[in-house]
Amino acid sequence: MSANQQSSKAMNQNKGVVGQPINRVDGRLKVTGGARYAVEYPIENMAYAALIGSTIANGRIKSIDTSEARRVPGVLHIMTHENAPKLKPVMTNPAEGDAAGKRVPLQSPNVYYSGQYIALVVAETLEQARRAADLLRVTYDEQPPATDMDKERGRAYIPKQKVAGKPADTTRGNPDAGLSAAAVKVDEIYRTPTEHHNPMEPHATTAVWEGERLTVYDATQYTYGVRHAMAATFGIPEENVRVICKFTGGGFGCKGTVWSHVSLAAAAAREVKRPVRLATTRQQMFANMGHRAETEQRVVLGATSDGKLTAIIHEGLSHNSTYDEFVEPFSKPTHMMYACENFRASQRLVSLNVGTPTYMRAPGETSGMFALESALDELAYKLNIDPVHLRLINHADTDPDEKLPWSTKLLKECYKTGAERFGWSRRKPTPASMRDGRYLVGMGMASAVYPVNHFPSSARVIIKQDGTAIAESSTHDLGTGAYTVLTQVAADTLGLPVERVRVRLAHSDNAAKGETYQAILTRAGLKEVEGDFDMQFNDRQKTHSSHSFGAHFAEVRVDPDFGEVRVTRATSVFDIGRVMNMKLAESQMRGGVVMGIGMALMEETVIDKNSGRIVNRDLAEYHVPVHADVPPIDIVLLDNFDEYASPIGAKGAGEIGIVGAAAAVANAIYHATNVRVRDLPITPDKLIGKGALA
Amino acid sequence: MFKTFGIRWKEMNSFTYKRAANEAEAIREVADNRSAKFLAGGTNLIDLMKMNVQQPSELVDINRLALKKIESIPTGLRIGALATNSEVANNKLVQEGFPVLSEALLAGASPQLRNMATVGGNLLQRTRCYYFMDTAFPCNKRVPGSGCPAIPGFNRIHAILGASEHCIATHPSDMCVALAALDAVIRVEGPKGARSIAITDFHRLPGDTPEIDTNLQPDELIVSVDLPSSAFAKRSGYLKIRDRAQYAFALVSVAAALDIKNGRIEAARIALGGVAHKPWRSTEAEKVLTGAQSNAQTFKAAAEAALRGAVPQNHNAFKVELAKRAIVRILNDVSGRRVGGAA
Ligand SMILES: Cc1cc2nc3c(=O)[nH]c(=O)nc-3n(C[C@H](O)[C@H](O)[C@H](O)COP(=O)(O)OP(=O)(O)OC[C@H]3O[C@@H](n4cnc5c(N)ncnc54)[C@H](O)[C@@H]3O)c2cc1C
Ligand code: SF4
Repeated sequence: MSANQQSSKAMNQNKGVVGQPINRVDGRLKVTGGARYAVEYPIENMAYAALIGSTIANGRIKSIDTSEARRVPGVLHIMTHENAPKLKPVMTNPAEGDAAGKRVPLQSPNVYYSGQYIALVVAETLEQARRAADLLRVTYDEQPPATDMDKERGRAYIPKQKVAGKPADTTRGNPDAGLSAAAVKVDEIYRTPTEHHNPMEPHATTAVWEGERLTVYDATQYTYGVRHAMAATFGIPEENVRVICKFTGGGFGCKGTVWSHVSLAAAAAREVKRPVRLATTRQQMFANMGHRAETEQRVVLGATSDGKLTAIIHEGLSHNSTYDEFVEPFSKPTHMMYACENFRASQRLVSLNVGTPTYMRAPGETSGMFALESALDELAYKLNIDPVHLRLINHADTDPDEKLPWSTKLLKECYKTGAERFGWSRRKPTPASMRDGRYLVGMGMASAVYPVNHFPSSARVIIKQDGTAIAESSTHDLGTGAYTVLTQVAADTLGLPVERVRVRLAHSDNAAKGETYQAILTRAGLKEVEGDFDMQFNDRQKTHSSHSFGAHFAEVRVDPDFGEVRVTRATSVFDIGRVMNMKLAESQMRGGVVMGIGMALMEETVIDKNSGRIVNRDLAEYHVPVHADVPPIDIVLLDNFDEYASPIGAKGAGEIGIVGAAAAVANAIYHATNVRVRDLPITPDKLIGKGALA
Repeated sequence: MFKTFGIRWKEMNSFTYKRAANEAEAIREVADNRSAKFLAGGTNLIDLMKMNVQQPSELVDINRLALKKIESIPTGLRIGALATNSEVANNKLVQEGFPVLSEALLAGASPQLRNMATVGGNLLQRTRCYYFMDTAFPCNKRVPGSGCPAIPGFNRIHAILGASEHCIATHPSDMCVALAALDAVIRVEGPKGARSIAITDFHRLPGDTPEIDTNLQPDELIVSVDLPSSAFAKRSGYLKIRDRAQYAFALVSVAAALDIKNGRIEAARIALGGVAHKPWRSTEAEKVLTGAQSNAQTFKAAAEAALRGAVPQNHNAFKVELAKRAIVRILNDVSGRRVGGAA
């Protein structure tokens, strides 16, 4: 790692193209429709599949009558648990414990959640497949479903797996003693609802068999996982599986797991001996591709009268499916966020008849920091200390959990720069004391954090005699701009202009500079040279703790009669290490803040408690912010090379934008209205009639 | 003559598509086939077909009919049934004579949808009740007699006025709330000839037949909406409360129209949206307003009167207070507007 680190550092100092706000290299392809997504590859002789979901949430299939469906012209195959091939269970992510998808589809008549796939139809056309799917007649033995975490709390259990690498119950120091010593306490329950990722591009797979070789065109953020899963499911060597995903239309985490439609598409293709295309519907995505689990979090803070934290307790529940295990690790950031010796975390799971939850943008931090940063805000008011100042008082100068120095940490600068640019000093400390005409105005802030995660990676670079280079890797571009950033890295490393580098996805090569590649290769009589590079990390021997940090400041305007909240402006400042491309990174952060506004004000998946069915399962009823909800968002990135975080000095930009953003908005709403809403989203009904809206 | 483009796609949820050349043809076609439907902008019907909520065997496209005009008539304004929501909202005569209608339309849906959606289709859009839109659920409106899962279920968006034990759905339209405050008249033509329906008689309460949304016969074609000119129509406005800034159905909305002379309310119209199975015209509120002084006290009394009969469900009690406050706010707003020089 260190040789590369040095070269990267040198590269940084050379002021290459890395860091510059260049446009997306794939921008033109995208706006002209030239970028191909998983369902867009023209393939000959293709058949189309449609999936059928259960209408009950708990029970068993008694019968599936396919006779009417089979009469639909063009139907090639109908697969149910009665005739599906035996598929082997897979761990798609063995390193971390599986996220989901472990339950193999169509292998038994059991139904665990509403919308679970119970059959698949393959036909000549999509219309035929969907028509036949509508004509399946299914009967069930139905059991009452468990749908309400509150009601099921008596059955809460200790997760079998670790919670973000830690035991579910963790204690440091003596939190109870810390609490007794506290002059001021906050002890509240915060709730976050089930949320869905809702990327623009639905999940889709096209599966093509050639003998024992399988090619999968998949919408994924984990090509290696898909390859591994397909090999294991079908008992073929990994070399026999090719996964192609040139563009992914967003994921936010739901495309990080190999869900069962992928193996179903491949199984169907093998049955009908033709390529099969399977695109899921938006409604199916709500049931089958994971979600952010709902949480109920108790946060207890104790502090001295001058604001020093004496104890932190963060405990509570998140929901899980009945057949698999996923923990929403909301207590994760609390381990290390503030300097406090006395700490306890405890998480329990409650199984419901829902699909298994999964990672969603900043899993753990997003829900956990809403609770922690709301609680800190409550503490600030109780102590009559400015919220920014309270965070400075409790700033962790080293990682209190791992007892390691930070690799880099510019959190204090984030607070300072953010407060200045936002105009925090104009905030009057008393709640409901600021107005703009009829509207109540409030200002709130919150911290952000996200750890640096390392994954092994490899890349290949091919330098051609014509002086161009191709860089390859099996990572993918979620739409975040990986193509562009990797092109920048390759260009700098190779000393080539970006126009001469093409990324099929990246690697660095210490090729000699000074002489052109044309000259070197011509002299050597070569058409091209190739170099491979593997990157492994040994995090067990790490000497530093690496996290991205940030601070959000938000202003809201609340209608005093109706409780309609609009965020009027926001400033967010981040330390994400070295900034690879200012334009893309800012846009990434802004998107995170927008998603945080959505989380604060509107996002919520509603499950009908009687049937276990999700009722708002489309984008008309599941609200995410529209343009009119998004104010000007001032983003500042403190560009700072972190030599311990990664060889290129970056700490990671994808997740942190959303972390804490909802708390900043909720804190601003409290400041505007004197109403503390502790269960998201903060819709008009939760404000009307209370505080300044009485 | 009909042009028939539809091959009967047996493999699909079969339906034929025909484009009608004139009104008589369109009506005849739908009269002859009880499961045929007129197709206007398609923004509601096509969605419901995709979800199998509605399964017409025939679509009769009426978009070529000459029903797009917005024109002055001696009594007021005539708006063709095929005028798009955008065209109506941006029309000068509408904005000047009937501002509440323009404001209501602009508060609805999104620009893309408004460019497709028509006046006729908007009048007949179906409820957004989640349970109605998912065929896995029973629903008295979709399958009469099957039950209403919204009553014991999640009913935050449901009705607080005029509901029945069979159905608590709301009519989701913004436009229709404005029409209810404007004494609109719906002109229709059917196999038995033409007739006019007052807007308040057009939509129905659920009662024990929630499957019937309106008093329009299935084979009747809406041709226009007539708006009588009035002093109160000029002083009118719309207020919509929703869960996000745009592109969300109303939690509660109010259309208000006032004729004020020397501080006294001569005539008033109040209609509520998002609260009932039909655009809810409140004659109770109007009674309080008419003849009273135009002031905050009167507006509050009117709001109380409008919601007196409200019966909330488990998750929507907040709508009662929200609606009252919305009424007061829009009355304040409308009463203070400058209309043709007089305030
Ligand atoms: C995501 C989304 C958000 C929306 N938000 C809002 C909102 O906030 N507020 C709001 O008010 N609306 C909203 N809408 C609804 C929208 O206003 C309606 O879909 C639209 O007005 C329907 O008009 P259309 O011309 O597309 O009707 P179509 O879908 O073509 O037809 C609807 C029905 O009317 C019948 N019909 C149409 N024209 C005639 C006629 N002339 N005579 C007899 N029958 C006829 C059809 O047969 C069909 O049954 C929204 C819709 C969507 C999809
Ligand atoms: S409220 Fe009406 S539309 Fe909704 S489920 Fe009940 S009967 Fe159906």
